[in-house]
Amino acid sequence: MSLAPPVTFDAHAPWQLSAEVSLRDEAFGALAYHHGNRRLVFLKSPALVDIVRDLENYHTAADAIGAHVASSQQGAYERALASLARSEIIHGR
Amino acid sequence: MGAEITLRDRFERGLAAPICLTWELTYACNLACTHCLSSSGRRDPNELSTDEATALIDEIAAMKIFYVNIGGGEPMIRRDFFTIVEHAVSRHVGVKFSTNGTRIDAAAARRLASTDYLDIQISIDGADALTSDAVRGAGTYDQARRAMDHLRDANFGPFKISVVMTRHNVGQLDDLAALADAYGAELRLTRLRPSGRGVDVWDALHPTAQQNRDLYRWLLDRPNVLTGDSFFHLSALGEPLEGLNLCGAGRVVCLIDPVGNVYACPFVIHDEFLAGNVRDRGFEAVWTESELFRSLREPGNPGACASCGSYDACRGGCMAAKFFTGLEMTDPDPECVFGHGETALAAKRVEIRPSPSPDHSRRTPVSLSAK
Ligand code: SF4
Ligand code: SF4
Repeated sequence: MSLAPPVTFDAHAPWQLSAEVSLRDEAFGALAYHHGNRRLVFLKSPALVDIVRDLENYHTAADAIGAHVASSQQGAYERALASLARSEIIHGR
Repeated sequence: MGAEITLRDRFERGLAAPICLTWELTYACNLACTHCLSSSGRRDPNELSTDEATALIDEIAAMKIFYVNIGGGEPMIRRDFFTIVEHAVSRHVGVKFSTNGTRIDAAAARRLASTDYLDIQISIDGADALTSDAVRGAGTYDQARRAMDHLRDANFGPFKISVVMTRHNVGQLDDLAALADAYGAELRLTRLRPSGRGVDVWDALHPTAQQNRDLYRWLLDRPNVLTGDSFFHLSALGEPLEGLNLCGAGRVVCLIDPVGNVYACPFVIHDEFLAGNVRDRGFEAVWTESELFRSLREPGNPGACASCGSYDACRGGCMAAKFFTGLEMTDPDPECVFGHGETALAAKRVEIRPSPSPDHSRRTPVSLSAK
């Protein structure tokens, strides 16, 4: 149960990795830990890790995704980012 | 889900660094709980110095271990307790520490409340003094409640109330949840293991099969109750409980004890599960190179559980629970929900239980006034 308001993820808006989050690379992708809400989240593919790290360099999340994966995978990665937004691992900027 | 299984398989092969690192600061304790997993009581003269402790934190930070679970003994007994905690937080390593609460007075509560990235677990073992004190000693329940009052008064925020599940408190689950609610605290329930002094009381205290089924259903309805993934052997009853549902020993979990020894998990303080010492070449070398950890990361042998339809949920249960009840690693968990553990135990009733290697229990009974 979280008291935070639900976060809506807009792939056509600018996003970034939260400054409160540490990433640790692992063979499957990475672990992400939010020091504020103490949530541990698994980033389940190396491409997702690259996208998350690169978000701040793109005008929109969709652009960042497009830079790292084939367009057929766009939807799956948008859903993955939406879930990271709900855990406050990434936020709008 | 397919993706989840892949991830769990990855975890079974081990990670670059642990997710759940427990660090016991001292074997000294002012209490003498009957089920103490580390047989604590007396300080070990060889415990890590303040300098060694802060150097260890620097290494933990460099390995990107995001938080450590600090325990003991009673960690607040160390005079450099706040130095160590504050150093960890300054290095961006979060701290969650377990305490019996006896050292949390109003001033300590204020200091704790002013520290960021700090999480506290206060241990009680029942919803009332009678039940809890039977395990933890006379007067300890009231002391723990006073610590909780101080944390509430200092606006610490949501701390955790940590309870080891026994035959005498499974019936109090709703009362424990109500107590946590009253403090705005989180309830954390963990499994009793026959580790440390727990080996002596396990037969008498571990929940009955029926109680374990009740507990499983209660937990399924309350995904917000924390369990440290400790009841995954009950997932064999049906829908899996929250968590990774695997034995993380040496793969995602490990323990550093007060003298720097690294064990596969907090519940296996025994030579058989000793991977190395941080004083030799640091913690990372032990984590990545120890023979023991490498072998734990090999695919396990399901042994007697191979034909069980629930093996994927339970994976044969807890290594520590098997080892300290005298079972083999390939036997079912002593609390196997299908009763196979009891059968295996009955077949071995020759009492060949290993005793814990380092025993720091006090030789004389403690009196609370000596705190
Ligand atoms: S037989 Fe083994 S795998 Fe099956 S439930 Fe019992 S302990 Fe778990
Ligand atoms: S041995 Fe038991 S307590 Fe230790 S990590 Fe494995 S399941 Fe958990």
